[in-house]
Amino acid sequence: MLEIRNLHVKLEEEDKQILKGVDLTIEPGTVHAIMGPNGSGKSTLSYVLSGRDGYEVTEGSASLEGQDLLSMEPEERAAAGLFLAFQYPVEIPGVGNMTFLRTAVNAQRVARGQDEMSAADFLKLVREKAKDLKIDADMLKRPVNVGFSGGEKKRNEILQMAMLEPKMCILDETDSGLDVDAMKLVSDGVNALRDAGRSFLVITHYQRLLDHIRPDIVHIMANGRIIRTGGPDLALEVETNGYGDLLAEVG
Amino acid sequence: MALPAAKQGALNGRLATLSLPEAGAWGTEARRDALARLEAMGLPGRRDEYWRFTDPGLLNAAEPATAAAFENDEAPLFSAVDRLKLVFVDGVFSPEKSDDIALEGLEIERLSEAMSRDIHWVREVYGVLEAGAHSPVPRPHAALNTAFARDGICIRATGKVSKPVSLIYLHEDAGSDAILHHVIRVEPGAEMTLLENGPAAARFNKCLEVDVADTGRFNHVRAQGRDHERVAVTHVFARLGAESTFKSFTMTVNGVMTRNEAVIDLTGPDATAHIAGACLGDGAKAAFHHDDTVFVRHRAENCESRQVFKKVLRNGATGVFQGKILVDPGAQKTDGYQISQSLLLDGDSQFLAKPELEIYADDVKCSHGSTSGAIDETGLFYLRSRGIPEGEATDLMVIAFLAEAIDEIEDSVLAEDVIERLKGWLARRRRS
Ligand SMILES: Nc1ncnc2c1ncn2[C@@H]1O[C@H](COP(=O)(O)OP(=O)(O)OP(=O)(O)O)[C@@H](O)[C@H]1O
Ligand SMILES: [Mg+2]
Repeated sequence: MLEIRNLHVKLEEEDKQILKGVDLTIEPGTVHAIMGPNGSGKSTLSYVLSGRDGYEVTEGSASLEGQDLLSMEPEERAAAGLFLAFQYPVEIPGVGNMTFLRTAVNAQRVARGQDEMSAADFLKLVREKAKDLKIDADMLKRPVNVGFSGGEKKRNEILQMAMLEPKMCILDETDSGLDVDAMKLVSDGVNALRDAGRSFLVITHYQRLLDHIRPDIVHIMANGRIIRTGGPDLALEVETNGYGDLLAEVG
Repeated sequence: MALPAAKQGALNGRLATLSLPEAGAWGTEARRDALARLEAMGLPGRRDEYWRFTDPGLLNAAEPATAAAFENDEAPLFSAVDRLKLVFVDGVFSPEKSDDIALEGLEIERLSEAMSRDIHWVREVYGVLEAGAHSPVPRPHAALNTAFARDGICIRATGKVSKPVSLIYLHEDAGSDAILHHVIRVEPGAEMTLLENGPAAARFNKCLEVDVADTGRFNHVRAQGRDHERVAVTHVFARLGAESTFKSFTMTVNGVMTRNEAVIDLTGPDATAHIAGACLGDGAKAAFHHDDTVFVRHRAENCESRQVFKKVLRNGATGVFQGKILVDPGAQKTDGYQISQSLLLDGDSQFLAKPELEIYADDVKCSHGSTSGAIDETGLFYLRSRGIPEGEATDLMVIAFLAEAIDEIEDSVLAEDVIERLKGWLARRRRS
């Protein structure tokens, strides 16, 4: 599904290397988790994969189902099946959440050569998915993320994911700011989407989320590299011991 | 006092191509008085206050620059709205193209008819609101309009009118120089909506005098646009009685030069005046210069006014906003709001703003703000990351930016029509 090879990334504006050779292969149908200290480059990785400006790839490659991601526009990556649930979802005053969702769904359909979804079908679908995430009609009407609480923003990210049905979902700290019930809702939302053709990369600091969304593989990122890869136990190890030992191991 | 030579020269040049229409009755006098006002003011020059950002050259010129009528297969704005259509071709009323002038709750007459009668309500308004609006800022093109208006429509609303009156301005002659002057009186308790759209002429000078009596309501939605090379100077003069409401929204796209002046006088307590504009300017095909010069005067207590002007500019387009809230001594409890903002889509475009507050009462709430900025890149990336192509994502953000102004349109059907039109314009720009 996702294949990242020796990815080196620096900031465009500054001489600052952030990713220093990331290798990561995600097979279809699997859930990978990335943990790692603050500032280790997890969000940067997710931004570079989704095509945000401001970063320069100095070496390496990233592909989604064999297509070179790095040469594509952000919208092309999305249409190819990549989705990033933002660590900090963006507020867009003046653009209604519903309009936004519908424009996105239809833009992706058009990009894939499908017909646009009718207004009625769309409405039905969005209501159904919103209900599962306990997103009320008012939140759908309001401008995108404007005045949403932290947890509402995260649920709104998952709603977008559910509507767009991407193949490769990257969740950047979707658990942060969620109360216990919301965490369950979000996890259920994610689990409902799990299937053999869809993969997840879950960035998190806490085992708590991984209790709900059971990962197949756990990676530890530090200082721009993946320094350890293991099974679900690795997350438990981090939870109890912190990153100290792992960091010491790699020197 | 003699005019400076430059002003006198410009005035002489302009007057040489104009002649006072025969009006008869009180009309002749009203026109002569206006001409006298104009002669005392002269035409505007670049050094005049409120003309520093806008060159009046194209307006002052003896002859208009030619402007080709813009062909476009899109149905005009308001096409789907049930309305009374009054059509003007190059600034001349066309009875053949118009609906029958009859609508419950309205009296409608051509200006020439109204002027030919000795006693007529129009006399109390025509040139009267204009004449009162030259202090502190002279508006010579408005006086010129009152003196030389070639046509116009006079509407008196006496009740709640069932559908909007729609003034449609067709432009056929590439060299037309139209001068139109409309007069409206909304009687106590009456309510009407006026729509205006169409490019009108190669050069268009328009005055709209609106007298809203106590508890009357006047709604106004207009669209200026389409023809790239057109030049326009328009004036709205409104006088608002107690507990009356005045709401005016203008959408502008295209046009080498547009100057929209509005002078709103809140003369009775508890009146409400909202004036808004949404403008999309692109200097790629032809120059684009758009100027809103707005003057709201609170003369009575407890009135509310809002000015909301938004401009989206690209490819060397220029936007100007000059807006003032003046609160007279004694106009306590005034609630005045003014916002002017521009979204600059590139580095070539510019927005020039002169927001002013002048307050002589102590118990008032007035605020104003003016900003100019680029598109929010983070927002744009967020939209694109959901699969929305860059152009479409930009358009969404542009419409969002204009939303506060469009929200001033009370009628949701009209607002939707305006939004669709703006979207269409944006989409065409993306393709070309
Ligand atoms: N646009 C930027 N400008 C300056 N520094 C940046 C920028 N983007 C990332 N960085 C820096 O790169 C490093 C990695 O940041 P990143 O956000 O990827 O970390 P992270 O692993 O997601 O951290 P956290 O767990 O706190 O979310 C940090 O030192 C950060 O300050
Ligand atoms: Mg992060």
